[in-house]
Amino acid sequence: MSEHESTYVPKTGVEKWLDTRLPIIRFGADYMSLPTPRNLNYWWTFGGILALCLMTQIVTGIVLAMHYTPNVDLAFASVERIMRDVNGGWLIRYVHANGASMFFIAVYLHMLRGLYYGSYKAPREMIWIIGCVIFFLMIATAFLGYVLPWGQMSFWGAEVITNLIGAIPVLGEPILIWLRGGPAIDNATLNRFFSLHYLLPFAILGCVVLHLWALHAAGQNNPVGILIPKDRAKKDMLPFHPYFTVKDGFAIILFLILFAIFVFYQPNALGHADNYIPANPLQTPAHIVPEWYMLPFYAILRAVPDKFGGVVAMFGAIGVLFVLPWLDTSKVRSMRYRPTMRTFFIIFLVVGVGLGWCGGQLPDAPVIGSFKTFTLIDGDLNSYLWLTRVFTLYYFAFFLIIMPLIGLKEQPLPIPATISEPVLTGADAVEQKG
Amino acid sequence: MAESVVHTQDTHSPEGGDPNRRDFIHIAAGAAAVGAGVMIAWPLINQMNPAADTLALASIEFDLTKVQEGQQVVIKWQGKPVFVRYRTPAELQRVIADDNASDLKEPQTDAERTKPGHEKYLVVVGSCTHLGCVPTFGAGDYGGWFCPCHGSHYDASGRIRKGPAPLNLVVPDYEFASDTRVKIG
Repeated sequence: MSEHESTYVPKTGVEKWLDTRLPIIRFGADYMSLPTPRNLNYWWTFGGILALCLMTQIVTGIVLAMHYTPNVDLAFASVERIMRDVNGGWLIRYVHANGASMFFIAVYLHMLRGLYYGSYKAPREMIWIIGCVIFFLMIATAFLGYVLPWGQMSFWGAEVITNLIGAIPVLGEPILIWLRGGPAIDNATLNRFFSLHYLLPFAILGCVVLHLWALHAAGQNNPVGILIPKDRAKKDMLPFHPYFTVKDGFAIILFLILFAIFVFYQPNALGHADNYIPANPLQTPAHIVPEWYMLPFYAILRAVPDKFGGVVAMFGAIGVLFVLPWLDTSKVRSMRYRPTMRTFFIIFLVVGVGLGWCGGQLPDAPVIGSFKTFTLIDGDLNSYLWLTRVFTLYYFAFFLIIMPLIGLKEQPLPIPATISEPVLTGADAVEQKG
Repeated sequence: MAESVVHTQDTHSPEGGDPNRRDFIHIAAGAAAVGAGVMIAWPLINQMNPAADTLALASIEFDLTKVQEGQQVVIKWQGKPVFVRYRTPAELQRVIADDNASDLKEPQTDAERTKPGHEKYLVVVGSCTHLGCVPTFGAGDYGGWFCPCHGSHYDASGRIRKGPAPLNLVVPDYEFASDTRVKIG
């Protein structure tokens, strides 16, 4: 917390000399001794995992850039050269490609943890908002990176996504040409996408510094969701190091096992086979799908019959997260003590996964069996189109209607005064039953 | 520093009196800084617009004898596919009959989309007006094209008939250099 006093004592002469000129060791030491609520569970380990993911992507990315050629005639071959000829290139590329997926697995769990335990509520709004900025930058970076191998999915993904901007009334077309650097996706586009793909991770890094700064100022949330009273700080808090560095370390090991399973045994499971066909501007693949982590938003895009409306809905789905702290009217942070809200949260999880599933299907395909029911407006009721629309409706209703309303109406369970209380008096059993 | 603050308070009342010379200098300096910022930003933004060599590829010529009746040839123009289609009399009859069909989202007659005397040739940009996929020749419900991405159906005049695409396939600027040659762009 911000009021925690510095306990660092410079020992050697060099440290003393440095401490009066650039107290960087003090800064690091203070950050490592940050008082941390002792009841943090494993859902709190994804912050450290995400830091590792970002560093992995930056390091492998810089190495890959030493061998990659951002030119429409050479890009695909240069990636194949990395895979076949560059020493250990296959490993570095597979780590980078699967690393993006791992990054998104971790960020989604990290965000859902924040959502469940109310980590976005006062006084932590800025941590959440900066986190949303990071998420948005991650999506942009991942999209730009997926274009670089210049396979069929790269090219047509870029075509479809940049066309979304063309949907903006009046200004869409000039902006589209400006963004692509020509009338179509071509060398100019690939070149600038490479430049921006190299840039954005450092923008993310800068936002991560702000994210941690805000976290340092407001202090960590915890599974009980209460602000820890000052007089309890000694009893209910532990220094971040070694207690939570060790806990995070263990979680990182488990996460790296999952990461390694993909890299070494299923390196292409999360990709698409069509991206091993060189880009062909004259032929569209039969079924264009984005990477799995974009599927829910892609589904929302397709749920709206109007082209521009779809774009607005897709960006709105991310935009709504930014104002989340002001949409939630409940004073109680943790959903442990909000049984009604927890039910809606679980439905939200199912809907989120459902949207991802729908995003990977053809909109006209039937959901159950292969029969037709009846046509509602512009599609058969037994189609992914309508399932997607139902899910999309819930997605927005969850944030815009359910969250403000439940906060006002619900009767939360009694909230413990300290984070030790549920453990010591056994009131935690309430959660087990609930 | 403290002196200048005192000095500012002396000459400029916090309640907001008339703007004095110092205010004018502040506003003018601020405006100049903003102007300079825009002037610096513009070349950095404008460099992303199409370069001269990209714009120089703006037109191509095509020999129409390469297209057989009932078929199309796909050529690349400005990085985009262009369909040159030699339509059969039956196809022509069908699209002209549909000129006033009620399901046209962007009503256009076939004559508006072709050159007089050369109606059998249709030249359109082969990018679906929805999200830019290349529609498949000879598929779909209207004898024209079908876009595999999101299911838009076009007729043999390239007009959108069904599906999410909002507009007809774009007819590029082109002219007949001779009876068998077109210049696109």
